[in-house]
Amino acid sequence: MISREEKLPAYKLMVVQYAILAVLLVLISGLWRLQVVGAQTYRSLAEQNRIRKVPILAPRGKLFDRDGRLLVDNYPSVSCFLIRDPNRDIQADLPLIARGLDMTVDQLKSAIESYRIAPKYQPIPLKQDITPDEEEFIEAHRNELPELQTIDEERRLYPRNGFAANLIGYVGEVSDDMLNDPRYAYYEPGDVVGRSGVEQSYDQILRGQDGSEDIIVDSHGRQVGVLGREPAIPGQGLRLTIDLDLQRVAEEAMGARNGALVAMDPHTGEILALVSHPSFDPNKFSVRIGRDDWNKLVTDPQHPLMQKAIQAQLAPGSTFKIIMSVAGLKEGVAQDLKVNCQGGATFYGHFFACDQRHGPVDIHNAIPMSCDTYYYTLAERLGIEKIAYWAHQVGLGRKTGIDLPGEVSGTVPSEEWKLRTFHEKWYAGETISVGIGQGAVAVTPIQLARAIAGIASGGVFKRPHVVDPDELPLDYRKAMYDSFPGSGDATVPIDPQSWETITDGMWAATNSAWGTARVAHLDNIDFAGKTGTAQVVSHSAGMKKVSADVASRANSWFVGIAPRRNPDIVVVVLWEHGGWGNESAPIAARVIEAFVDKQRRLEHNLRQTAPPSTVEVGAVWSGDPSAANLARAASRSGNGDSAAPAQQASLVPPPAGVQGAHFFLKTPSSGGRAKPKAPGRKLN
Amino acid sequence: MRRYLALRDFDWLLLSLVLLLSTISIFEIYSATLHTKFVGFQTKQICWLIGGLAAMFVFSLINYHRLIDIVHWVYGFCMVSLVSVLLFGSRVLGARRWIRLPGGIHFQPSEWVKLVLIVAVARYFSNLAGKELTWGDILKAGLLVGAPMLLVLKQPDLGTSLTYVPVLLVGLFLGGLRWKQALILSLATTALIVPVWSKGLKPYQKQRLTSFLSPENDPRGSGYQVKQSLIAVGDGGIWGRGATKGTQTQGDFLPIPYTDFIFAAFCEEHGFAGALFVLLIYFLILMRLIQNAQTAADLPGTFLIMGIVAVLIFQIAVNVGMVIGFMPVTGIPLPLMSYGGSSVLFTFLALGIVMNIRMSRFVN
Repeated sequence: MISREEKLPAYKLMVVQYAILAVLLVLISGLWRLQVVGAQTYRSLAEQNRIRKVPILAPRGKLFDRDGRLLVDNYPSVSCFLIRDPNRDIQADLPLIARGLDMTVDQLKSAIESYRIAPKYQPIPLKQDITPDEEEFIEAHRNELPELQTIDEERRLYPRNGFAANLIGYVGEVSDDMLNDPRYAYYEPGDVVGRSGVEQSYDQILRGQDGSEDIIVDSHGRQVGVLGREPAIPGQGLRLTIDLDLQRVAEEAMGARNGALVAMDPHTGEILALVSHPSFDPNKFSVRIGRDDWNKLVTDPQHPLMQKAIQAQLAPGSTFKIIMSVAGLKEGVAQDLKVNCQGGATFYGHFFACDQRHGPVDIHNAIPMSCDTYYYTLAERLGIEKIAYWAHQVGLGRKTGIDLPGEVSGTVPSEEWKLRTFHEKWYAGETISVGIGQGAVAVTPIQLARAIAGIASGGVFKRPHVVDPDELPLDYRKAMYDSFPGSGDATVPIDPQSWETITDGMWAATNSAWGTARVAHLDNIDFAGKTGTAQVVSHSAGMKKVSADVASRANSWFVGIAPRRNPDIVVVVLWEHGGWGNESAPIAARVIEAFVDKQRRLEHNLRQTAPPSTVEVGAVWSGDPSAANLARAASRSGNGDSAAPAQQASLVPPPAGVQGAHFFLKTPSSGGRAKPKAPGRKLN
Repeated sequence: MRRYLALRDFDWLLLSLVLLLSTISIFEIYSATLHTKFVGFQTKQICWLIGGLAAMFVFSLINYHRLIDIVHWVYGFCMVSLVSVLLFGSRVLGARRWIRLPGGIHFQPSEWVKLVLIVAVARYFSNLAGKELTWGDILKAGLLVGAPMLLVLKQPDLGTSLTYVPVLLVGLFLGGLRWKQALILSLATTALIVPVWSKGLKPYQKQRLTSFLSPENDPRGSGYQVKQSLIAVGDGGIWGRGATKGTQTQGDFLPIPYTDFIFAAFCEEHGFAGALFVLLIYFLILMRLIQNAQTAADLPGTFLIMGIVAVLIFQIAVNVGMVIGFMPVTGIPLPLMSYGGSSVLFTFLALGIVMNIRMSRFVN
């Protein structure tokens, strides 16, 4: 059947041999291309495959009050990241991821899109502070969704109910604007950074430095080893100058009122309490605030996100009369200026009203009575340029340089200012309203606090701050000053005579029967102040939502100090649309009372443990100057004859013998509130 | 007619080369399964090899003419089993390829059909010995191979069915196909590809066949496999990362590194040098086989060995080509390297036939 002689032609088998050789050579050429030519490329691809860079997030530094009590804490939380694996079709996984993480596909897409130009090994933060359920979802889908990675991190825990929220600020994901800003070159997309308040201004100290871990993974994203580790450097804690007790009192005193409160130590410029109401809950920001919540905050006519203590620039009203007094006395005009107030006066053909007929007024009773006629006249005598000069000298119209973001500079009108701003000539008539802190003059509460503190300290002005610069690293300190330029520390000496006149006038405002702030009188405390009632000329568009009645109500100001000279505390209260200045005075009084109470308590405790020493804390006056001055002031006033005896009775000269805490009007042992209330209070 | 089969005539060189490759394979299977749930597969492979060697010796004692004589029965049986696989086979990963036999053995008839086809084709063409092929002959040969091929394609097992093609091609080439016929046939095949492509293939098969051209378009499917395979091969460099040290292999990035992609695993761990060495051994094995074909006593012997050569070189080309991105991912194992009983048994049975042909040279 089969013939054995038959053979295939030899060439046919040779063809097959050569074909085999050719096939193998082609294969070898392919191997050469991959293994010899492309070895480097594929080696790095292999490394990328197995090595994942997992960030180790640095815990943010905690915030403490001046006594080291915790203000802002951290809590452990889990965040979900997306690893970009070029071998996986992430788009196809998005619906599942979105379902598991309770997000929308669009949210995921935009998160991924924002990382388009970032290095591929960098994980994309998808969702922060995930719930245990979501964590479980990721764990259960390790195989289907190996690109998901969870990372433990510390998250911000802020005080509840918006306590000190505007001061502390909040953290959030770094914004695109910041990323494009060369000053923040060290920020990377997805970084959590301070977006407001102390969190923003001290972000570099608080944030620490994220570390990273190079982990070896298999194709399912399971960790099989660790290649290298760069530990995170935790952020440094920061001690604020805030006194938690005082802040609490201040928050409560402000209550639901729309406005701001500044309590500052005039000796140093340390902010003891800083309130801006209404507030917001920064805990909502520490993850990612919902659109609704955000819209509610930004459209609220009362501007909860605004740090009003440094951002509200409003007419100071009568509180400006203190600055006017400084100007008048420094220029030698006020000393001898006597005005007979008939409920107003006519200047340049216009009648300017005073709220009362004060009769004969001089510099000594002009402050406590807040006589407009007197200051109209003073303003006319001084002229706008001198007013502007002295307003600038005490730091108005310039930022104070407080170490908080977003401070505004306010306005001190002048001829030059008007020309520059409105290209119009200054009319002399405008000067008159500036004299009572109306018209174009605008100040922030912090400016006012610095100015009043400096004036009451004899002309020593301090840069307000919430963090003691001495506690900062040296190189950082300079940078802080540079990034918050302003009036800072300055000395504008005020001669003792003028100093006494002004501070005594402020004392009389809260203590004498005819003082505008007598309602805020505090027994046993050398508490002085000045009210301000600033007419609201125009309202912003947002205010239309508030009832017209409220919107047209004046802004109520109060500046308070204790003790009256070289004060240990200055408190400025701004209550927007609060009405008369004396409405705000009790708020300041509460804060000052709390401050003094605490000091006394501490003093008392100290005395129990240590023998009393003859420390003199900043009291520069000796003997009993104020009593004499006030007696003189009262006698000169010639006003309110019937009230005079009562006023005299209410005068409580500071006892010369008390040492240690010079705001003591009586020694604590004699019973803090033993003294009957001033009769002036009843006249209210 | 025949006196004796001398063990002296056994092809010891060929066996040594095959065993060398098998040893390399066992080490690579060990390495590739080290961190997977398939750890210890090398032991199973050793068992298969022992079984394969035994089968080889048994087959080397069976006169290949006997195989040729009974092949029509076996061919018929194969067709029946292929049909029954389609009807009763167990579905694994969406394809019916196996028949579950008692004792937990999974029988995959399509592997054996390869061997049967080699014998059948050898018989067919040696019967036509020397004559120029008519169109009728070509058509019959095409039906002979095409019928089981369609059944396997239906399973669907594109890879295995494709391995039947070289058997036919080599048969046609050696059997006396004329250039003109070859030209017409290739034109006809090209024309056939279009309808088969659009109707006959399942979408995933099409994807597998094309994704190697652009792995980026299919990063999760076979494109992923190709890409990881390329990375693994390239990662090996000239000298390799060392046994059990390939990150692609050990990190489970490389798909099935102990079967279809074992050559990629080997390339990663032993580099270009190792790959060259393995290909050299393949070359030597194939050359040795062709030498045996040349010296075969008769045409059926030559056709049988050349059929085996055709299947082997086809599998090598397709598998290695797949590993280095020249060929689509078809799931064809690399003979003598990939883990798997069917593959080992096929190779060793084929070698047994070769041994018998060689030893029969001088038997007269």
